[in-house]
Amino acid sequence: MPDEQMTPLLDRKLVFVTGKGGTGKTTVASALALLVASQGKKVLVCEIDAKGELAGYYEAPPTGFKEKEVQPGLFAMTMDTEASLREYLKLQLRIPFVGRIGPVAKAFDFLATAAPGVREILTVGKLCFEVRDGAWDMVVVDAPASGHIIGQLAAPQAVNGLVKVGLIRTQTDWMLEMLSDPAITGLLAVCTPEEMPVTETIELAVRVREETTVQLAAVVVNRVLPELFGRQEEAVFEALTEPGLQSELDLLVGSDASPVLEAARLAVTMRRTRSTHLERLRQGIDPTVPMLYLPYLFTRSHGLRTTRQVAESLGEEMGY
Amino acid sequence: MAARDPKRKSVDPAIPRPTMDSLLATKEIVVACGPGGVGKTTTAAASALMAAVHHGSKVLVLTVDPAKRLANALGLDGIGNTEHRVPNSAFKAAGVKPRGELWAAMLDTKESWDSLISHHAPDEQTRDEILANPLYQNISGRFIQSHDYIAMERLYEIHSAAEYDLIVVDTPPTRNALDFLDAPERLADFFSSRLLRWLIVPYRSKLVNVATKPFYQISDRILGTEFMSDISEFFMLFQTMYDGFVERSQAVGRLLSDRRTTFVVVSTLEATPLREAEFFAEQLTARNLHLGAIVLNKVLPDYLQGRAGTKVAEAMKDRAEDMAAALAPAVGAGDPTLGDPAQIARVLNEVADSYLNFQVVALREMEERAALAVAPDVLATVPFFDTDIYDIAGLLRLGEKIWD
Repeated sequence: MPDEQMTPLLDRKLVFVTGKGGTGKTTVASALALLVASQGKKVLVCEIDAKGELAGYYEAPPTGFKEKEVQPGLFAMTMDTEASLREYLKLQLRIPFVGRIGPVAKAFDFLATAAPGVREILTVGKLCFEVRDGAWDMVVVDAPASGHIIGQLAAPQAVNGLVKVGLIRTQTDWMLEMLSDPAITGLLAVCTPEEMPVTETIELAVRVREETTVQLAAVVVNRVLPELFGRQEEAVFEALTEPGLQSELDLLVGSDASPVLEAARLAVTMRRTRSTHLERLRQGIDPTVPMLYLPYLFTRSHGLRTTRQVAESLGEEMGY
Repeated sequence: MAARDPKRKSVDPAIPRPTMDSLLATKEIVVACGPGGVGKTTTAAASALMAAVHHGSKVLVLTVDPAKRLANALGLDGIGNTEHRVPNSAFKAAGVKPRGELWAAMLDTKESWDSLISHHAPDEQTRDEILANPLYQNISGRFIQSHDYIAMERLYEIHSAAEYDLIVVDTPPTRNALDFLDAPERLADFFSSRLLRWLIVPYRSKLVNVATKPFYQISDRILGTEFMSDISEFFMLFQTMYDGFVERSQAVGRLLSDRRTTFVVVSTLEATPLREAEFFAEQLTARNLHLGAIVLNKVLPDYLQGRAGTKVAEAMKDRAEDMAAALAPAVGAGDPTLGDPAQIARVLNEVADSYLNFQVVALREMEERAALAVAPDVLATVPFFDTDIYDIAGLLRLGEKIWD
């Protein structure tokens, strides 16, 4: 596959967004959906972990299993495996007594807790179903964090390994086909230039390749700090912090300049520590996988304003 | 300021405020929890280390997924499930002589499950059958929630062995921070469930009554008979361990609410993780679990909040050219290439901008901290360290910030 041209991220139909906790996975997922919608396309964004946070990224009221339009052309939903099962029984299997399904659903919920992969397959199934039968240009998934994503993406294989016959089996086959097609499905890994997120992203890339059939479509490096100085400028900065010069500077600004200089030093060291992690990331990820860099946002940390800013940066990084 | 929990006792000013020092001197189990990516593992390791160094205790830190360099520092590389003493050489390198002992172990879910089965299985044949069952292999290897249960189970086992004065547990990253709390109970429910028996019956007796018939029809149609019988075999085997399991998971539940156990919620001051941490702290209190401390990590330095700094930064931006011209001779004194006033002005502008940018973040953090809606016994703040923490010296630096 390496010699094949990578399908551009925005041309795919199903994009899973994952990342280590705290790296901005939901921010990137919501921004990606907003970016696609801003190009006049119809997008569904689905939150897998029912924390009910996604809606906040669009300043919208909490979302449910039934999708709701939260921005023009952009619909949001929250995954609910039981509702997904009900829908599946009704639409796919034409099970007649859906109305009286209470205890059966309960038993299935129980079974889903016991039999791994059942819950995951209901999630992946709903998403694949939306891609196949829904009128979406793209389905963006705010997927589980990188520690759990493999189980999610590998669910069809896991179920295939356990279930040899039956309707589930025929269903997993077409899902697997969809997930394995890099022209349709892709994984977006969100990372920050810090030790653990970088390590986890590199490990994730390996596991995705070895244990799933989904292609890693891109890595988003989030919260990249601006570079304050070039080499010459850094030498000037070092000179300014020497005691003699600093007292001259103190006189010029009419007060103690050290907090400001210290803050700049902190920013420089932070950036330097981070750039070594960034280098490690570049070394550890297949060079054909595009890297998208998003700047650290100082002014706001959440809400629609942030989503919009991230969407714009994402668009710029992809050349739109 | 945040409203205090009405159930909480009022604070007598004559009694000294509890600290991390006093908390760790009192408790036998510390559970570090909180959202992902906030420094939970480092905080757990630093707390354990401090207790070993200062209290002379024999301390175990049970971690889930430490950064590679930290694992190396703790001597955990390639060790897995067994407990391992952090060598004295690691302390020597950091210039400390601990009064106690620091031990470390990693949590290997699969290995822990296997040993749990071996422990509970009534005989060797049942044990082997369970270990070979495809469903079991899937559950122990992949089943997401099994991490949560096994972490607590392992904790119970180690505590019961009474080998340590203090055990600090780093909780696994969960979809929901509360999962591991519910895990013992959920497992007990699971095995004691009537549904479970109902599920197995037809495959055992081939007797299906009218009420349950639709369920089996659907399950066979969807999952196939073979899979359903795999499932029922698995549960039948598990039934043999039922009493042991339920008893054990109830004991794990009791241990978590024991007076000797405390919870330390770790977070940063960023809005999203902090909300999650807050929710978690509230839940602990609601369940009558002991919220010992909140540790706020990666907090930006205080000097960023100062108004004096703001004035300096603004003056630098307003008069960058004049200042640069005045400073140029001195800056260029050592190296003439540095004496270009335009370049100096650029540097001053960058420096000032950077301060003002980070100040916005620091002010937001200050506000978030003031608005914190929970009141733990100990609220500790750890400043932002400009390098990663990967050795005993680094852990000590962090530990000292939370200690008193």
